[in-house]
Amino acid sequence: MTVTETADRPPRPAPEQAAISLRGLRKEFGDVVAVDGVDLDIEHGEFFSMLGPSGSGKTTVLRLIAGFERADVGTVTLGGTDVTTRAPFERDVNTVFQDYALFPHMNVLDNVAYGLRVRGVRKAQRRARALEALGTVQLGHLADRRPNQLSGGQRQRVALARAIVVEPSVLLLDEPLGALDLKLREQMQVELKALQRNLGITFVFVTHDQEEALTLSDRVAVFRDGRIVQLGTPQEVYEEPRDPYVASFVGTSNLFDSAVSQQILGRAGIHALRPEKVTLTDAAATRTDEPVRVTDGVVEALGVVAETIYLGAAHRVIVDLEAGPRLVVLEQTAGALAAPEHRGDVVWARWALDDVVPLSAEADQ
Amino acid sequence: MILSRRVRWALGALTVLVLAFLYLPLLVVVVNSFNANQAMTWPPSGFTLEWWERAANSEGARDAVWTSVQIALVATAIALLLGTMLSLALQRYRFFGRSTVNLLVILPIALPGIITGIALNNAFTGILDLRLTVGTVIIAHATFCIVTVFNNVQARLRRVGGSLEEASADLGAGMWTTFRLVTFPQLRSALLAGGLLAFALSFDEIIVTTFTAGAGVTTLPIWIFNNMFRPNQAPVVNVVAVVLIIVSIVPIWLAQRLSGDAEGRP
Repeated sequence: MTVTETADRPPRPAPEQAAISLRGLRKEFGDVVAVDGVDLDIEHGEFFSMLGPSGSGKTTVLRLIAGFERADVGTVTLGGTDVTTRAPFERDVNTVFQDYALFPHMNVLDNVAYGLRVRGVRKAQRRARALEALGTVQLGHLADRRPNQLSGGQRQRVALARAIVVEPSVLLLDEPLGALDLKLREQMQVELKALQRNLGITFVFVTHDQEEALTLSDRVAVFRDGRIVQLGTPQEVYEEPRDPYVASFVGTSNLFDSAVSQQILGRAGIHALRPEKVTLTDAAATRTDEPVRVTDGVVEALGVVAETIYLGAAHRVIVDLEAGPRLVVLEQTAGALAAPEHRGDVVWARWALDDVVPLSAEADQ
Repeated sequence: MILSRRVRWALGALTVLVLAFLYLPLLVVVVNSFNANQAMTWPPSGFTLEWWERAANSEGARDAVWTSVQIALVATAIALLLGTMLSLALQRYRFFGRSTVNLLVILPIALPGIITGIALNNAFTGILDLRLTVGTVIIAHATFCIVTVFNNVQARLRRVGGSLEEASADLGAGMWTTFRLVTFPQLRSALLAGGLLAFALSFDEIIVTTFTAGAGVTTLPIWIFNNMFRPNQAPVVNVVAVVLIIVSIVPIWLAQRLSGDAEGRP
């Protein structure tokens, strides 16, 4: 906990200061360490995602930023101001809750105007601003409805409008799309992204959906057991996962342990290979005695198709390599492949050595 | 589960029997309040409003009603205030001894009235050296009235959850504003239900009252008890009993309608 806080308010932060800055954050609930030493800087105007399975500490970090929980150790700084010990209503952030938390006894307009009302904005003005915010989320026509008369997607938008109407510098979103069905979720993803771009405010987005995190974010932090295991752009996290955990949590990966890596790749250590980096060709006629060969940086491995799963836009093919491991391969349906492989077909699995990512062994278990 | 016709019939008959056993005596009291025969013979020999008129003019009965109403109102008000604060504290905050406090609050309603009565009587007269008045009755009633409010509010708070209050704080509202604009509106019907139950509970209480009421304090149940065995007062007692039935049942019926999850009377 900081002891340096003075009675004077610190000066307004310079724009180059991080929107959110977390240092050595730690939070325990009873015996459970929910957040275990998180350091993080989130820039102004960034769309930042915190990705992880449930219980990984991402939501607790969000609640620490919002002020619903108080850190046991560490500091939370918003725009250069230390807010570690401040109450939620003294922080310039707003939250879109997972269950939306709309006030059931108020209509949509009063819900959206709430933040303005408690700030003492005049009635006519807060009505106008609330209607404007509702317009932003295309719900101007439902201002008189009660929350229980709205669909899930509409509630979601009301929650969004309620949070942005007070023009916070940071918007925190706690799995806001989790309760929506797939179609609506994809539509809301597009709208969220557009909204963030137009408003230019910082979004901190908590999700367990890796695809959502990858599509929306400027940067992603992958959480595990209360810590950040990897931090980077979606591309970095996907293309260069740091360890086997990230490699298999973010997207699907074929993991090669040290023995297999040595045997197939001729390299030491653990490696990951994305399913879409592998191509398959029929090997009935070109079959050789050696199960693996490496030429010009391309690996070719013989295998037998164990399963073919039709996914619509793609096929997922599972191949048992003769050299040992089982390989998951993703083939675009519209690709060169005329007839998909069948169970029992002998195939060449082919991939570039450059596409194989070495992983840090530290998290290997 | 599908029941056979015979079982259904038997269960139906049993239900009617039990309900008849419960409510026929009450019905007899109501009918007798209009019975023209002063000896209350059955079947009634005719219809009269004489007893109602006499009850309305009976100063003793009127005073007793007024005393009971006053006691019930003030005890309910105390219960509403303390019960709400208690349930908010226990439901929204974590602190040492929380579950113990929870148990201690509910306990008075489970304790036999005679124990509560004796204990409070000892405390008032022996330890605190107070004169027994309307005030001591109010305090005594409040001890178990709190429970109905507490239970109702507790159930409501549990159902509503804390995220509305977090949302309010998040949007810039301080503690009082949040209570006024968000928490209280959510509790309103639970408070009404708990308050009505508390009122009904206090209005017909007699055991604790006998131990905590001073010589001059006559609540309605005590008045009935004192006049029951006086032959010429019997018809008037019937009328007062009908009033008591109405005043007790209507709030409970309302409370039931107001809160599906009311855990009022044990």
